[in-house]
Amino acid sequence: MVENQNKETTENPDRRRFLNQVWAFFGLVAAAEFGWLGLSFMNSRKERNRPAKTESIVTAGSVERFTPGTVTAVPVGQFYLACLGDGSFLALSRTCTHLGCSVPWDEEKNKFVCPCHGSTFSLTGEVLTAPAPRPLDTYPVRIENGIVKVDTSVTQKRERFEPAQATRI
Amino acid sequence: MAAVLVGLLFLTGILQLFVYQSSVHQAYASVLTLTREVPFGLWVRNIHHWSANLLVVAAVLHLLRVALTGAFGQGRRLNWVVGLFLLFLLLSANFTGYLLPWDQLAYWAVTICTSMLGYIPICGPWLLELFRGGSEVGGPTLANFFVLHVAFIPGSLFVLMLWHFWLVRRAGGLVQVKKDEQVPVDRVPTVPDLVVREAAFGLLLIAFVLILAIVWDAPLLEQANPGMSPNPAKAPWYFLGFQELLLHLHPVFATLVWPLMGALAFLCVPFWADSSLPTGVWFGSARGRTLAVWTSAVGAGATLALVLTDNLLLQSAAPVSNTLMTRGLLPTGLLIALLAGLYFLLVRKLKYTRAETVMAGIILTLVVLTVCTIIGVWFRGPEMHLSWP
Repeated sequence: MVENQNKETTENPDRRRFLNQVWAFFGLVAAAEFGWLGLSFMNSRKERNRPAKTESIVTAGSVERFTPGTVTAVPVGQFYLACLGDGSFLALSRTCTHLGCSVPWDEEKNKFVCPCHGSTFSLTGEVLTAPAPRPLDTYPVRIENGIVKVDTSVTQKRERFEPAQATRI
Repeated sequence: MAAVLVGLLFLTGILQLFVYQSSVHQAYASVLTLTREVPFGLWVRNIHHWSANLLVVAAVLHLLRVALTGAFGQGRRLNWVVGLFLLFLLLSANFTGYLLPWDQLAYWAVTICTSMLGYIPICGPWLLELFRGGSEVGGPTLANFFVLHVAFIPGSLFVLMLWHFWLVRRAGGLVQVKKDEQVPVDRVPTVPDLVVREAAFGLLLIAFVLILAIVWDAPLLEQANPGMSPNPAKAPWYFLGFQELLLHLHPVFATLVWPLMGALAFLCVPFWADSSLPTGVWFGSARGRTLAVWTSAVGAGATLALVLTDNLLLQSAAPVSNTLMTRGLLPTGLLIALLAGLYFLLVRKLKYTRAETVMAGIILTLVVLTVCTIIGVWFRGPEMHLSWP
C-alpha cells in the first residue's frame, strides 16, 4: 500500500506533464487547421479577382503630335507618354513607386511631384527627391507606321534610367 | 471616459449599419443618403466621428498618466501590454472606419497603407494581396476592411476591454501613494457615491460629444477617383506623425523597422527590472519633474531642428543614390547611439534612477510624435512642402 502511494506520487507529475503536452499539441493542431481554413478562404478571392492577363494595347497617337521634352497624359491607359529630348518615347506608370499614389506632371517645374510624400521624378522617371526608392515603372512602347502604341499589361520595374529603355522611331 | 466613448461608438455604429452599403459603387452614395436624407443621420455620423477622435486623445493621455505615475510595475505588467494592444486596436478601428465611405481620403489611405505592407521582407507582397483581396484596390478590399471594422475589431476590443478592467481591479484599483498601514482609511460605499459621480461625468462627456457633433461635421471628400490623388494627401491627424516619418526615411525603415522598434520597446518596458516609477507619485519626484520638463523642451526643439534640416537637405540635394543607407541604416544607427548615450549620461553622470530615465524616454517618444503631428497638421501644404498654415 505504502509502496503503491509512493509510486503514484513519483509517476503522477510525469503523466500530468505528458497529458498537458498532448492537449497543447491538439490545441496547436486545431489552431493551425482554423488558420489554414481561413487563409485558403481568403486566398481564393485573390485568384478570382486577378485581372485577366491579356495584352491591352493603348494607342497614344501619331509621333508628330509629341514634341521632344514634353510629357502627355494618356488617361485611357493610366500612364504618361514622355517624349525625351532626342525624340525617343518612354511610357511611364503614373503610380508612385513609394506607396502607390498617383503622380501628376508639373509643367512649370518640369518634373513629376507626388502629393502624398513629396517624392519627385524627372522627365525620364528617375527619382530626384527621396523617399521614393526607384524610378517610375515603364510600359513597353512600340511605334508602328508612325503611331505610338503602349502595352499596359506588362509593368517593367527598373533601378535607373538607361537610354535603351526608350523607344526610338 | 473611454468606456463611455466606446459605448457611443457601438450605438452610433449600429445605427449607421442600417444605411451603409459596403460595395464600391454604393458606399459613397449610401453615406450621402445617410447625411442628407436619413433623419439625424448627419448627427449620428458626426457623433461617431467625434467619439472616435476623442477616444484617441483619451487613450494617449491615459497612456501618459500610466507611464508618469509608475502604474506599469509589478502586478500590472500584463495590463500594460493589454492596454497597448487596445491602443493598437483603437487606431486600426479608426483607420478601417475612415476607409468605409470610399471617398478620396479612403481610397488613397487604403492604397498607401496596403502598399506599406508590400515593403515587409519575404511575405510582404503576399500580405498586400491578402489585404487587398487581389492585386488592385477595389471591391474585395472594401469588403475586407468592412468586416474588420464591424466584426473583428469591435469583438476583440470588447474582450480586451473587459480583461483590461478586470486586471485593474485585481491589481487593487488605480495606483496610489503607499500609505502607512496603521492609519485607518475612510471608505465610502460604491453605490451610490462612486456610481453617481461616474454617471455624472459620463453624462457631461456625452453632452460634450453631442455638441461637438452639432457644430462640426465629419469630413467627407469627393468620391474616390483612382486617377488623381488629392494634393496634399494627408492622413487624419493621429497618423500624421507617422506620415512625417515617411517623408524623411527610406520606406522599409519608416513603415517597418522604426514602428516595430518603438512597439517592441513599449511592450518590453515593464519587464525591465526597476523601470517603473514609485507608484502614485507624478514624475516620481521633484527631480523627475524637472527632468520631464527638460526632456520635453529639448525633444521638441531637436525634432523641429531635425525636420527643418532634413527638409533643406531634401530640397537642395542632387539625386540621391543609396537611400537605403543614407535614409535607413544611418539614422537608425544614430538614433540607437543617441538613446544609449543619453541613458549613460542620465544614469551614470547625473545619477538619475533607471525608472526616471525610462520615463524620460517615453516622454521623448511622445513629444517627438506630437511635434511631427503638429507639423503635419498645420505646416504641410501642397506637395507636402513646409508652409505656414
